[in-house]
Amino acid sequence: MSDLTPNPATNSPHPAEMLNVSLSRRITDHVMTFLSVLAVVLVIAPLFAIFGYLVYKGIGSLDLNLLTKMPKPVGEVGGGMANAIAGSALILGIASLLGVPAGIGAGIYLAEYGRGGRFGAVVRFTSDVLNGVPSIVIGIVAYAIVVIRQKHFSALAGGVALAIMMIPTITRTTEEMLLLVPTQIREAAFGLGISQWRTTLSITLRTALSGVITGVMLAFARVAGETAPLLFTTLGNQYWSLNLNEPTAALPLQIFTYANSPFDEWHRQAWAGALVLIVMIVLSVSAVRVAVSRGNLRGAR
Amino acid sequence: MADPAFPMSGSFQELPAVGPQLAAPIERRPSPLAHAHHASWPDELFRYAMWACAAFVLVILGLIVYELVLNSRLSWNAFGFKFFGGQEWDPVQDHFGALPFIYGTLVSSLLALLIAVPLSIGTAVFLTEMCPVWLRGPLSFFTELLAAIPSVIYGLWAIFVLVPILRLYIQPLLAKTLGWTGLFEGPPFGIGMLAAGVVLAIMIIPVISSLTREVMSVVPSHQREGVLALGSTRWEMIRLGVLRNARTGIVGAIILGLGRALGETMAVTMVIGNRPEIAKSLFAPGYTMASVIANEFSEATGDLYTSALIEIGLALFLVTIVVNAFAQFLVWSVTKGQPARGNV
Repeated sequence: MSDLTPNPATNSPHPAEMLNVSLSRRITDHVMTFLSVLAVVLVIAPLFAIFGYLVYKGIGSLDLNLLTKMPKPVGEVGGGMANAIAGSALILGIASLLGVPAGIGAGIYLAEYGRGGRFGAVVRFTSDVLNGVPSIVIGIVAYAIVVIRQKHFSALAGGVALAIMMIPTITRTTEEMLLLVPTQIREAAFGLGISQWRTTLSITLRTALSGVITGVMLAFARVAGETAPLLFTTLGNQYWSLNLNEPTAALPLQIFTYANSPFDEWHRQAWAGALVLIVMIVLSVSAVRVAVSRGNLRGAR
Repeated sequence: MADPAFPMSGSFQELPAVGPQLAAPIERRPSPLAHAHHASWPDELFRYAMWACAAFVLVILGLIVYELVLNSRLSWNAFGFKFFGGQEWDPVQDHFGALPFIYGTLVSSLLALLIAVPLSIGTAVFLTEMCPVWLRGPLSFFTELLAAIPSVIYGLWAIFVLVPILRLYIQPLLAKTLGWTGLFEGPPFGIGMLAAGVVLAIMIIPVISSLTREVMSVVPSHQREGVLALGSTRWEMIRLGVLRNARTGIVGAIILGLGRALGETMAVTMVIGNRPEIAKSLFAPGYTMASVIANEFSEATGDLYTSALIEIGLALFLVTIVVNAFAQFLVWSVTKGQPARGNV
């Protein structure tokens, strides 16, 4: 968040102090400053409350069993969420496989071919619109497209739903990142006689790669915790299944089911699962940030 | 690098930033690819492949509309416009009216706005105008982090932390002081419309505050300097020089937050109580359009039941589209032509 605006209010002594400003105006100034600080505190407080409580409740239940064992029937203590973690990985894998190439391709089209054209403008507007569609509606659509045709709930349907959610984000960030690449670089490549597709893939996209990957990871992190579109596409499953055509467990779904249940044991596991989920999201995002900021990718910046 | 004042040659001048873009393109010059005349077949192939990806985005939107309309026809034919005015939701008798859900969605979202707007604007004001530079990075990181928490985790936290707090402390207090309004009546369950509004508020604050910040940061600093030079205090400078200039965009940010709140599903479903009734008291349980779909869709028996739920989905889709497009237009009308900056 770099703010380039020189900010006279924060960087210089306050002019009002040097002038003869009436008391009521000064009081208003102080009151508003206080209220702004209060607003920040009230906004940040839930964040710490959520993370703090998540760690406090989750860390005690977080053990190897949670990651490696299957869920136990109600009433029995123990068991884990291995099937949900594997299922989430499967569904997110399908979503990435479908969504990432399509999103990057659309971004390339917008930045390289579609600048200023009407088709490009329509695509751009459409992807902004798609970004605002509620995830539950995407779930209905994936249900209609995949589940009704297949006649059963499946991991594939969930993957399709999440892919639909990933595409607009990836499209727009890819476009924005490619637009940051100076035109001269493309011209230089053409001047060397490199073909267009090679220039786009090996030079333009390569130059913008770190930004594009960051966009992909943001889209990934956004859908990783999505529950609503999975409710009636992958449905959830108490057993181990990595079959594309079967109902599959997913971590967010499991958390939802366990949180709404009346059993303390399941509540405990819901907290632990939530901690696993948030750690996975934070790790996947920061791992890529680190990989991008060092190593051979840095030359691309 | 990209110079915003780059003199664009005449024929390219007529490329307005079409559509509600938040970040204006840095380089407006068409890519040289757009003008290549002698492309070889691999180039053509690549170009068509990329075109297909872009067209796919349109296909997705088309599919969404097509499937929603197609699958809600049954319910539409059965109830027509009365569907949106009916209060009865009786799957056993195949009687479906969506009014309680529409009411619940509107009330919970407006309640969320009521809480979120002052906090978001206060946060944005502090971060852009008052905050010491060293604190600005961490604080804006924290507010952005709120946006990364999955909805289901908000719901989990709300069930076990927020709801008990509301039940034990906030609701008795509200009932005692504001009970006469009729808005805070009845037994304090904790779970209900109020809890949904509070969770939604926490969830949309990052949306509103980050966009408000973006809009405020494109207000030219000479506006601030001008007001300060007239002898204003800092707050007067913010009010007259910044907020007044940015108000259209701030309204856009608020409406975008509304769009997010309308479609939010999981956290609301977990705390609103899920009862299809219209009650005046905010303590009473309610139901929203998104949460009735989430709860009942996979268990809906009968085609008409499913179709009625999909029709609610269609209505939700249309409302959020209109709200979002309007909001993005407002934000864009303030930030257009400004170099992209901030949260990408």
